[in-house]
Amino acid sequence: MLHNLSIGELGRRLSSGEISSVELTRHFLARIERLNPALNALITLTAEQALAEAKSADARRRAGESGRLLGIPLIHKDIFCTDGVRTSCGSRMLDNFIAPYDATVVTRLKAAGAVMLGKANMDEFAMGSSNETSFYGPVKNPWDTSKVPGGSSGGSAAAAAARLAPFATGTDTGGSIRQPAALTGVTGVKPTYGRVSRYGMIAFASSLDQAGVIAGSAADAAIVLQAMAGFDPKDSTSIDAPVPDYEAALEAPLAGLKIGLLREFFEGLEARNAALIHDALKVYRSLGAETVEVSLPHLPLSVPTYYVVAPAECSSNLSRFDGVRYGYRCANPTDLLDLYKRSRGEGFGAEVKRRIMTGTYVLSAGYFDAYYLKAQKVRRLITDDFRAAFAQVDLVIGPTTPTPAFSIGAKVDDPVTMYLNDIYTIGANLAGLPGLSVPCGFVEGLPMGLQLIGPHFSESKLLNAAHRFQQATEWHTRSPRGFE
Amino acid sequence: MTDWEVVIGLEIHAQLATKSKIFSGAATAYGAPPNTQASLVDLAYPGVLPVLNAEAVRMAVKFGLSIGATVARHSVFARKNYFYPDLPKGYQISQYELPVVKQGRLDIMLEDGAIKSIGITRAHLEEDAGKSLHEGLAHATGIDLNRAGTPLLEIVSEPDMRSGKEAVAYMKKIHTLVRYLEICDGNMQEGSFRCDANVSVRPRGREKFGTRAEIKNLNSFRFVEKAIQYEVARQIELLESGGTVVQETRLYDSDRDETRSMRSKEEANDYRYFPDPDLLPVKIDESFIDAVRATLPELPDDKAARFARDFALSAYDAGVLCASRELGAYFEAVVAKLGAAQAKLAANWVMGELSSALNRDGVEIAAARVNPSALSDLLLRIVDDTISGKIAKEVFEAMWSEGTSADAIIEAKGLKQITDSVAIEGVIDAVIAANPKQLADYRAGKEKLFGFFVGQVMKATAGKANPAQLNELLKLKLGGGV
Repeated sequence: MLHNLSIGELGRRLSSGEISSVELTRHFLARIERLNPALNALITLTAEQALAEAKSADARRRAGESGRLLGIPLIHKDIFCTDGVRTSCGSRMLDNFIAPYDATVVTRLKAAGAVMLGKANMDEFAMGSSNETSFYGPVKNPWDTSKVPGGSSGGSAAAAAARLAPFATGTDTGGSIRQPAALTGVTGVKPTYGRVSRYGMIAFASSLDQAGVIAGSAADAAIVLQAMAGFDPKDSTSIDAPVPDYEAALEAPLAGLKIGLLREFFEGLEARNAALIHDALKVYRSLGAETVEVSLPHLPLSVPTYYVVAPAECSSNLSRFDGVRYGYRCANPTDLLDLYKRSRGEGFGAEVKRRIMTGTYVLSAGYFDAYYLKAQKVRRLITDDFRAAFAQVDLVIGPTTPTPAFSIGAKVDDPVTMYLNDIYTIGANLAGLPGLSVPCGFVEGLPMGLQLIGPHFSESKLLNAAHRFQQATEWHTRSPRGFE
Repeated sequence: MTDWEVVIGLEIHAQLATKSKIFSGAATAYGAPPNTQASLVDLAYPGVLPVLNAEAVRMAVKFGLSIGATVARHSVFARKNYFYPDLPKGYQISQYELPVVKQGRLDIMLEDGAIKSIGITRAHLEEDAGKSLHEGLAHATGIDLNRAGTPLLEIVSEPDMRSGKEAVAYMKKIHTLVRYLEICDGNMQEGSFRCDANVSVRPRGREKFGTRAEIKNLNSFRFVEKAIQYEVARQIELLESGGTVVQETRLYDSDRDETRSMRSKEEANDYRYFPDPDLLPVKIDESFIDAVRATLPELPDDKAARFARDFALSAYDAGVLCASRELGAYFEAVVAKLGAAQAKLAANWVMGELSSALNRDGVEIAAARVNPSALSDLLLRIVDDTISGKIAKEVFEAMWSEGTSADAIIEAKGLKQITDSVAIEGVIDAVIAANPKQLADYRAGKEKLFGFFVGQVMKATAGKANPAQLNELLKLKLGGGV
């Protein structure tokens, strides 16, 4: 079936004229119509616009243009501003917000000819690890609809896993691409901080947020990342460095690759999960890689560090949502303070409020040094740990999550347990490193992810290692029942 | 009675004269219809990001170099968080712990001519907020975000000033400097140049500062002086009646000439400053600083010293002529044509007739109806005795209103000075003959009557008699000579 084909194969068929982008787009729109109600992965469908874009992509091909994404459908996480299309960020606050411009990621993918089918559900303002904080209700995991898909890019991951689109965009502030990719059995890539522009991506924690891709394979992700990555003068933190040819590096042999096993990632890991990781290591050794144990002594501090830094930044970033210029405004405000209090009180959900309050607290006079400043120091130590590790090894490897997908509702009342879901992913965000998650097996019928983290700008190497793994395994080709 | 000493520090906000805003590409021009000069960045739309305008940094560095300050090689933008409708992001991007300019000094001249050096703690870059509008809106507040994101340089002085007059002298000096540097248009009506004054008093001789009040948003030199005067009197009265000054922010009401409490320290916002993660630290290297240094004009103090030295002017005159770059340039152009030997004459005319005409008509020097070349032509006629200084004033007025040359006016109005001694003698003789009583009185010792005769001769010659010749001849004639 069309929806199980890789982006590379779809491109070949589009280019040979075997199929048109309009046909492809219709096929995916039909799948969304049939399958999305069970998943709630998409919250906005842009069918009409998609068909127009597909038509234009077909015309561009007829005019002689080529391009790996020309005519390929995608779904954008609803955190990216899309001109003329509602951009809600999963929040009541922006339920009525029609973005007046395109995010740079959207612009770039549009220019590459990719066709937007709609916008993906997500945790409210990307704050969550289960996609249960969305104003639009939870997303369900296609492998078991009583389970969460992970978050915050839960809609993107569920959509990619259910093959509602060949790929979806996501953002990763503390694991929001890798964790849901792992829990839904797809490939998720979080690039180096600054590799992909943040312009037009609604900010959660500016120093940690990074856009990336969720797709069926590392090879597909490489094609998409190629189009997304690059310097953007509109984002002062984007990095002006050439973008390597990710696809060209995919097939490089792994002989001599030094992979570090993160000791801290295996401590306390459940045996069945650990076994999957050890199986994956066997695959790597068979491909000629060397594995050695490395330690990041400060990594256990990453969750508390993150839960100071990220809320601090979010408390400030979300101040602009005040009911004055756009977004939710309470009915009949009596005065300015009432307007602020009720617009924000009614517009934001509980998790967002919890983080705004935490962030406001840690930045307050008298607490700043003890929390924010201390957290920044620990962040530096974690970054230094990674640097020391990368002096010995090319990549580090471990599980993406401690457990497979959990039941919807199981952790909503226990934020700390929920936060611990990101225990393995947050380190890469704090250090600004690229990381990815690939499917590496199943526990009780639910997918698990293998996480690879590399030095800054090592996306080529990471995608190469992931691609080689996927050539030797078939976990990434499995489809959830009912979504084949 | 306690002898109170006044302690004042100023925070001056100078709007930088960049074409676009500090973090967006929107224009900064004043007076556009509300919200027409606000981009998505200025409106703080979701997802937008700030990008620093390099021109604003260049201007801040220029200012730093002009006050002998340290230009920070590494400075950081921070977020100052508070909610207000005209602050669209809910935070202002400013500089907090690491400003771009640190530790400079500026000399001011006191009323007695003494020089006092004022310390400048820091100058940092920040964005301005928008404006709340209330006029014409019933039960509502309008928000105009045209000004949001306009670059400001906040210049913070040490508490070095000891009177309202010193504060004004310092503020004027900064005003002169930023206009010299062409980094601020200095327009106070439009709010391009304004200040907050920190005012406290302490018994003279005590080292510890008194509790200060901050008077916000003073936008004229006169208001600065009056607000400080009022505030000092208020604090002294409070202290002498056994009260205490509380640390607070106050507003000056110019209609009532008083300051009023706006908020106390307890009510003050906790701004929760932290480094803005959307902006990288500003790195400034030697070559950047050197390039900016190369663009520095001659600074006001240097120019005044040169004027005093080269043109033998008093420090006061030189200072007045250098109060604006344009006035100094005008003066120099006049001297260039007239010759340095007549610099004092030129200075008197530029500070006198020219300045009053400009003030009277409310025009900028660039729009003066008598240009430097025309003025020097006029002054040349004084120097070569064609006309007297008094007649020259009449000619100047005619030049100003008609826009014609001095010579043309002298010719047309027949104002050429009479230097023919025979002609002058004739007039003197006639005047003496017509006033026998005065002549007798004069000769009897009433020498004050000399002025009367000068006046009569001038009247008879319509002021055209050469004054030196007239004096000489008249003395002779009255004394009974030829």
